Amino acid sequence: MGDVVFAIAFWVFTLLTLGGGLAVVTVRNLFHAALFLLVSLFGVAGLFVLLVAPFLAAIQVLVYMGAIGILIIFAIMLTRGMMRLEHPFNSQAVAGGAVALLVFVGLVLVVTPLADEIGLAEVNIPAEIIEEDDPADVDYETVSEMGRVIADRNGFVLPFELASILLTAAMIGAIVVAREDEA
Amino acid sequence: MVPLWSFLIVAAALFCLGVYGVMARRNAVAILMGVELMLNASMINLVAFWRYVNPGEINGQVFAAFIFVVAAAEAAVGLALVIAIYRNRRTVDAEDINLLKW
Amino acid sequence: MTFIEEILREQLGLSADLAALLIVFGGVLVVATGGLLTPIITIWLERKVAARFQDRIGPNRVGPLGLLQTIADVLKLLSKEQITPRDADKVVFFLAPILMVVSVVTMFAVIPFSPLAIGADLSIGILYAIAVSSLGTIAILMGGWGSNNKYALLGAFRVIAQLLSYEVPMILALLVPVLLAGTMSMQGITEAQANIWFVFFVPVAAVVFFISSTAEVGRQPFDLLEAESEIVAGYNIEYSGMQFAMFYLGEWLHAVVICLLTAILFLGGWQGPLVNADNVIGPILGMVYLIAKTTLLYFVHMWIRFTVPRLRIDHLMAFNWKFLVPLSVFNMLIVAFIWKLFPAPEEPGFVAELPRALGVLVGNIALVAVTLSLLQGYATRERQKVEGLVDETLYDPRAPRVAASATD
Repeated sequence: MGDVVFAIAFWVFTLLTLGGGLAVVTVRNLFHAALFLLVSLFGVAGLFVLLVAPFLAAIQVLVYMGAIGILIIFAIMLTRGMMRLEHPFNSQAVAGGAVALLVFVGLVLVVTPLADEIGLAEVNIPAEIIEEDDPADVDYETVSEMGRVIADRNGFVLPFELASILLTAAMIGAIVVAREDEA
Repeated sequence: MVPLWSFLIVAAALFCLGVYGVMARRNAVAILMGVELMLNASMINLVAFWRYVNPGEINGQVFAAFIFVVAAAEAAVGLALVIAIYRNRRTVDAEDINLLKW
Repeated sequence: MTFIEEILREQLGLSADLAALLIVFGGVLVVATGGLLTPIITIWLERKVAARFQDRIGPNRVGPLGLLQTIADVLKLLSKEQITPRDADKVVFFLAPILMVVSVVTMFAVIPFSPLAIGADLSIGILYAIAVSSLGTIAILMGGWGSNNKYALLGAFRVIAQLLSYEVPMILALLVPVLLAGTMSMQGITEAQANIWFVFFVPVAAVVFFISSTAEVGRQPFDLLEAESEIVAGYNIEYSGMQFAMFYLGEWLHAVVICLLTAILFLGGWQGPLVNADNVIGPILGMVYLIAKTTLLYFVHMWIRFTVPRLRIDHLMAFNWKFLVPLSVFNMLIVAFIWKLFPAPEEPGFVAELPRALGVLVGNIALVAVTLSLLQGYATRERQKVEGLVDETLYDPRAPRVAASATD
C-alpha cells in the first residue's frame, strides 16, 4: 500500500514537473509560460517531499514560487510590449532541440540500468547505486540537523557566509542596474 | 519504493527541457526561465543522491539549499538586466541585443 | 483519533490501511469545511463592529441580530451571473479565485487547535503556513492579468510591491518565536509557551508580526491593492458573482488565519489554565482558549481597520523598508544575543524561565526606547522642513488681506 501510494505520488509530481517544464519552453504566451514554470516548480517541491526533504520543499514554494516566480511574472508584465513576438523561437530552434535530445539520450545512457549493460557503469555511477530502491529510513526532522551543520565550524559556516555576501552583492547589483537614472 | 534512477531520469529530462528553452527562445525572460528549469533539475539530483546514497549525512540537502541562493541571485540580477535593457532599447529579444557583436 | 480508528476497524471490519485513509480524508473534510465556514461569523461580526465604530446599527433584519445576513448575501451572489470579459485570458481568469481560496484553506492544516487536534504537526509547520500563504499573491496576480483591464493590472502591480516587501519583516519577526522555542513545529512552539507567553518576552516581534501580516492580507490601512478611490477596485474589478465572493472569502479567511497565527506564536495558542491532553475536557478547553485569543486579536484588527486611514503608496513602502525591516533585524539580533547570555533552565517552570524572559524583555524595552527617540528626531526634522515651506500669512485669517485688484 505505502509503496503504491509513493509510486502514484511520484508519477503525479513527475507529470507536473515535466509537463509544466515542456509547456514553459513551448507555449507562445509568455505569461502562460511563467505560470507553467510555477506548476513545474510545484512538482519539484512535491518530489522533495517524497525524498524526505520537507524543509527544501517549503523553501521551494516560498522562495522559488513565491519570490523568484513572481519576479519573473513581474518582469514579463513590465516588458509586456514584447509579449507577442511573431517568432518566439529563433533560427537555431531545431538545432537546439537536437542538442537537448542528444544530451537527454546521453544522460539516459549514464543514469539508468542501461549503463550497466553497455559498460558505462564501471567508469560512472556504479550499477548498485543506480538501481538502489530501498534506502535507509530518514527522520523527517532534518531541519535542526541542517541548522547545526550550517552553523558548525567544521561544517558549512564559510560557504554560508559567502552565500550571504553573494546575495547582498546580487541585491545591490540588481538595484543599481535596474534603477532609473536621476536626470 | 521508486528506484533512484527514476528520479535521475526526471532530473535529466527537466535539464534538457531547460537546455532547449535557453537555446531556442528569443525572449530574454524566457531564456531565464530555461535556466531556472536547469537549476531545479540539478537540485532534484542532489537531493535524490543524498536520499538514496548517503542519507546519514545532511550534506546533499545543504548543497541544494545553496542552489536556492544562487538561483535567487541569478534571478534578481538577470531580471534587473532585462528591465534595464528594455528601458534603453525597447526590446528583450536576445537576437537584437548585439551591440558588442561583430 | 484512535477510538475512531477502532470503531472503523472493529465495528465495520475495514482494513487498517483503509481506516487510516478514511480518517485522513475525514480530517481534511472537517478542517477545511470548518475553516471555510468561519467567515459566516466573522463577516457578521465585522459588519456589526464597523457599524458601532461608525455610530450605526449594522445588519439586523435577517435572523436574530442579523446573524443570517451573510448567508443571504452568499445566496444572492450564487444566483448572480458570472461575467467573463470578452478579451480576458479565460483559463487564468477562472483559476485565480480558486487558487486564492486554496492558498488560505491549506494553511489550516498546520494550525494546532488543541493538544490533540492538529491536521499535521509538521517539523516545518510555520514555514509551511508562510509558504502556502505566499501562493495567494500569485492568485491576485493571475486575476489582475487575466482580467485584461488596466485598473486590475495596476492593482496587481501594487500587490507585488506590497506583499513581497511586507513578507520580509513578517518572516524576520516570525523567526523570533522559532528561535525562542527552538523548533518550527506549531505544536512545539505552543508547548514552549507553557509557563510564559512569548508576547511577554518579545513584544516588539509580536507587534511587527501583527502589523506586517495585516499588510500581507491587504486590509486597511494597507488596502492599496483595492483602493477604491484610486484604482476603482483593484485586481478583482472584473469579477462578479461567486468568483468575486471567492476572492472576498479568501481575504476574510486570511484575516482570521493571521489572527490565529499571532495567537499561536505569541499568545500561547491553546495554553491556559486546566488544559492538558490527559482528561476529556482539556482539549476542548484548549480550543476555547485559542478561539478567545483569536477573537481578541481580531477585534484589535477591526479596531485598526476602522480607525486608521489608508496609507499612500510611497509612505507604505517607506514604512516597510525604512522602519519595519531595520527594526525587525535589530530585534532579532538583540533577542538572539540576550537569549544566549542566559543559560537554559534545567527544568521548565515559571521561576526558572523568569530571568531569561526578563533579560529579553529589557532588551526589547531598550530597543523601543532607541526607536522612539530616533523617530522623534525624524519627526522634528520633518516638521521644521515643512514649516520652512509654509507661508503663514496665507493661512492666517487675521492677517491683512491683499486688496482686490484695482482693475475690477
